Amino acid sequence: MNMIKAENLTKTYGDQTVLNLDSLDIPKGQSFGLVGNNGAGKTTFFSLLLDLIQPSSGKVLNNEIEVSKSEDWKPFTSAFIDETFLIGYLTPEEYFYFIGELRGRNKADVDAMLAQFEDFFHGEILGQKKYLRDLSKGNQKKVGIVASFIGDPEVIILDEPFANLDPTTQIRLKALIRELAQNKDVTILVSSHDLMHVTEVCERIVVLNKGEVVRDIATSAETLKELERFFGG
Amino acid sequence: MIFGALYFILVFLAMGLGAFYIIDKSGLGDPLQVVNGIMIYYLVVDLYIRYALQKMPIMNIRPLLYLPFRKGQVVQYSLGKTLFSFFNLAHAFFFVPFSIILLIEGYDPAGVVGWHLGIFALIFTNNFLNIIMNNKDSVFYPVIVVLVGLGVLQYYGWFDITLYTVHLFDALYNQPIYALLPWGLLIFMIYAAFHYFKKHMYLDGGLATKQSVAKTEDYAWLSRFGNLGIFLQNDIKLIKRNKRSRTTVIVSVLFLFYGLLFFTGSLEVYENPVWQIFAGIFVSGGFLFTFGQYVPSWDSSYYPLMMSQNIQYKEYLNSKWYLVIIATLLSTLVSAFYLYFGWEAYLAILVGAIYNMGVNSYLVLWGGAYIKTPIDLTSNKNAFGDKQAFNTKTLLLTVPKLLLPLVVYALGHYLVNPTVGYAMVALSGIIGFAFKDAVFRKIEKIYKKEKYKTLLAYKQKT
Repeated sequence: MNMIKAENLTKTYGDQTVLNLDSLDIPKGQSFGLVGNNGAGKTTFFSLLLDLIQPSSGKVLNNEIEVSKSEDWKPFTSAFIDETFLIGYLTPEEYFYFIGELRGRNKADVDAMLAQFEDFFHGEILGQKKYLRDLSKGNQKKVGIVASFIGDPEVIILDEPFANLDPTTQIRLKALIRELAQNKDVTILVSSHDLMHVTEVCERIVVLNKGEVVRDIATSAETLKELERFFGG
Repeated sequence: MIFGALYFILVFLAMGLGAFYIIDKSGLGDPLQVVNGIMIYYLVVDLYIRYALQKMPIMNIRPLLYLPFRKGQVVQYSLGKTLFSFFNLAHAFFFVPFSIILLIEGYDPAGVVGWHLGIFALIFTNNFLNIIMNNKDSVFYPVIVVLVGLGVLQYYGWFDITLYTVHLFDALYNQPIYALLPWGLLIFMIYAAFHYFKKHMYLDGGLATKQSVAKTEDYAWLSRFGNLGIFLQNDIKLIKRNKRSRTTVIVSVLFLFYGLLFFTGSLEVYENPVWQIFAGIFVSGGFLFTFGQYVPSWDSSYYPLMMSQNIQYKEYLNSKWYLVIIATLLSTLVSAFYLYFGWEAYLAILVGAIYNMGVNSYLVLWGGAYIKTPIDLTSNKNAFGDKQAFNTKTLLLTVPKLLLPLVVYALGHYLVNPTVGYAMVALSGIIGFAFKDAVFRKIEKIYKKEKYKTLLAYKQKT
């Protein structure tokens, strides 16, 4: 079954087409990687998926719900795109509880869930007496990523999750994503500039270039080489 | 900001032109002496307003650090720029016409020039004093305590500092040469500010952004209201923890006193009973107007989160609506002190409050959908008006907000009697209340329609 379907999806600004997908299907449970240079349309695609921008034509279906027509996709979808997904004047704890409440998880549930991420937080997030706006970029990112896991969503969208993270956290994040990918109910979409990271965590990699799909690869031992040839060349 | 600036320019200009003759007529004594008497408070209030509102130059220094300028030049440039701040220029609109009138009225030209230049230097001294104080709370609070203390002492007639300070300012006129003293002070302040800045020009020193110690708070009592409670919790934190929203709340408290202009009979035009309703609407509606008109802009910095999270528009709007209603109720309770001016005064406020809750609460939310100004919660920029808040749609919406209740009241008042006038305004509020669900569906539709435009507008950083 396909969880995400894009049909004839385009987005244009003036006479510039920033995204043009004839058809892109992402099956349920897949860990899906999106790579491409700046301006390739990665964030545009994610924003369309979250109904944050309107498609110029075509549509996106999330679990057979057209996202711009109904809001019913929201309960099972979560995302961390950038710092506009954080509420700067809250402490990390308050933010997690807030997201938890929105997703039907009480404080105890959230606390139990956060306990699993102690390693990932590396003692820099909880109980720091800081508001989110005063955290470093990397720590903000950790908060946003973990918040997107709250409430057992079936679709998780992470834009550039590896950027700004320190090496230790990058490695831990990879483990986290791989673990999520084991769960066949969770469809996870990740974009990245780092070819190595995506090839390590994603079963399938789609390369976007100027808004169009130019490669669609089932990840194998050769994938990294292939991607390097593409971008290097 | 432009509107605010124009307003203050007009006020200052009017004072500058009128002060001399108003004081002269009222028989308080020699106008220059009177002005000199309150000058100390004038300067203090100026300093306080600067501290609260004037933007510091430090934030603009950061990008200059890496460029090939000498530190001295950067500091010079940054401090020099503050000289042209509105907070300095505004005073000219008072002092220049006032001084010219002094000359016309036959005051000693040398004295007037000395006085003018002296005050001029003191205003700019404030400018630099503020820059130094801004970085040191340890200077600011003691100064404020001393000044408030002096104000209290004067009010109760125990000790009047103006009796002493008046001589200082008089001296500028009597002995123009004394004007050199404030200039000496100004030069010293410039020197001090320059060195202070140069010494602290490091990212982790004077240029560091202040971080507050955060405390996780939980208003568990609100949780029992379900999703509504969650949003209310957030809104309370939003108001408490951000400079911009705090300023708005302070302004909305000032609205409470707006009615004094009407009910004390201090302005003749406001004697008309129809205007009393106008006052009633403003007294109870301070928060509704100042905070409400910027829904949803308060959430602009994380609007994409709100739009993609598991949130129904209806719940979101509902919580903002409740916030506005609760604040209106509070204002109405607090304004019970208007009972002092007779029950009619308070009745006007009560009726205004009912109209605010029943009708205006929707209208501000509706209008907010069209004000797509991103708000930077951490700064007071544009806190006093924004040109986008004056677009045609929002202006059109002020008609039912402010004029309609006046018309409704006037109809009742003049066709039947005042009681019927009050009853009709209150009734329109109650009718509005009854249609909440229908109106909310409509507003929800407008918000949905405007959603993409709003998201795009919020993306443009302030």
